[in-house]
Amino acid sequence: MKHARVLVNGQAADATINTENQVVLTDGTLLSEGEFSWLPPCDGKIFVLAINYADHAAELSFKAPDEPLVFLKNRNSLIGHQQNTYRPDNVDYMHYECELVVVIGKEAKNVSEAEAMDYVGYYTVGNDYAIRDYLENYYRPNLRVKSRDTCTPIGPYMVDAADVADPHNLVLRTYINGELKQEGNTKDLVFNIPQLIAYLSDIMTLSPGDMIFTGTPEGLADVKPGDVITTEVEGVGVLTNTIISESEYLAELPQ
Amino acid sequence: MYTYRLEESGQAVSKASNASFEVELAQPLLPPTTGSVLGVALNDKTLVASLADAFNDKPYVAPPKTPVLHIKTDNTHIGHGQTIKIPADRGTVYAGPALGIVIGKQACRVSEAQALDYVQGYTVVNEVSLAEVSFYRPAVKAKCRDTFCPMGPWVADKSLISNPNDLTIKTYINDELVHETGTDQLVHSVEKVISYISSFMTLSEGDVIIAGTPLRTDALAIKDGDIVMVEISNVGRLANPVETE
Repeated sequence: MKHARVLVNGQAADATINTENQVVLTDGTLLSEGEFSWLPPCDGKIFVLAINYADHAAELSFKAPDEPLVFLKNRNSLIGHQQNTYRPDNVDYMHYECELVVVIGKEAKNVSEAEAMDYVGYYTVGNDYAIRDYLENYYRPNLRVKSRDTCTPIGPYMVDAADVADPHNLVLRTYINGELKQEGNTKDLVFNIPQLIAYLSDIMTLSPGDMIFTGTPEGLADVKPGDVITTEVEGVGVLTNTIISESEYLAELPQ
Repeated sequence: MYTYRLEESGQAVSKASNASFEVELAQPLLPPTTGSVLGVALNDKTLVASLADAFNDKPYVAPPKTPVLHIKTDNTHIGHGQTIKIPADRGTVYAGPALGIVIGKQACRVSEAQALDYVQGYTVVNEVSLAEVSFYRPAVKAKCRDTFCPMGPWVADKSLISNPNDLTIKTYINDELVHETGTDQLVHSVEKVISYISSFMTLSEGDVIIAGTPLRTDALAIKDGDIVMVEISNVGRLANPVETE
């Protein structure tokens, strides 16, 4: 089953996706394209893994860390499928990061690796944009790089964990305007899903809806206003997003 | 006006009172808001002065150019009277006395001059933390343990506070005054941190910004059996018992 949140007539609503890829509200109403927009499918804490693919660590000239390198984003940065992300004026390098997102299904505290997969409720696709110009060496990657408004597209929907046979063997791909730019496989995660859940639940209680962005493989590239970015996780979803300029973004803001 | 939240018959209920003495504090309260809680680290003059040399060394290389932010996740939030649970085996745990700025309406790209228009009021925050050996990587392990962010007892309306940048903050452990600081010690003012954060993160009604915590010293260490109290002039006094997890 695929679960979405949509905005219809100005109201947020839960929906599912049927076998014909149609969006269906809980009362059975079928929505057609143009009638709704996509919202982030989950709400909770947002954990993101840095350098959690060995190849990406090499690309950034880092050695893979000894323990998971986790940072947090705030919910202001989340947007749904087919929305716009703005690129600040006067920056040199803004890149996407295609990631498998684990969504917690039930409260988890001090969970062992052996039990950890029982706490996964869903999977979805995340795009963890970063503006590298803003990197500083304090709580790196700092919030100005990562937790910006519109900088975390997620969705389009969540897939039940039971419908993903092996989350540790999924191809990830990113396309800019249809051209393949990034490709990797979740089998190359430095810290796999049970290790991440055990690590985080040792520190704190995880709640349903909490998201773990599991990291991105190599293949980063700069994105420019007008680019359509497609991030895809095999068997989970295809998430698209358009880059706009800061002035376009400001013009769209409600005054 | 003082607004606060408590649990009644299993439901979270919001209440308001015109006088702080009318608020019944015999039972624990819930955190006074339910929004995101963002902290400004390295925002205390004495703390920053103590690190001035280190900031030019590896791994930092240069002093911070912008306010340093962190997130206190929802599992950390507790209210007045609720228990701070400390781990037995992760080293010393410190109280982090701080002013909480409570956002009153959506704030996106607001100027310093307008910043206080977006504030509902202020609360007392105890930004509990393990020791931090480095500020290079995000402090999830040190700062995001369950119960590590007591807030309350209430939100004191901003009309009660003439200058948020000149408030005395006193910390008591077991009724003994152990630490005194104030918001005059902030490197970046209340208006500045609101304006800076809102320049790239839209703040929502009910979000809290922890303005800054002081240098952690032995005086702020808390242990099993303590009652820790943080008092901010004209805002309120937040008390929490401490127990080993």
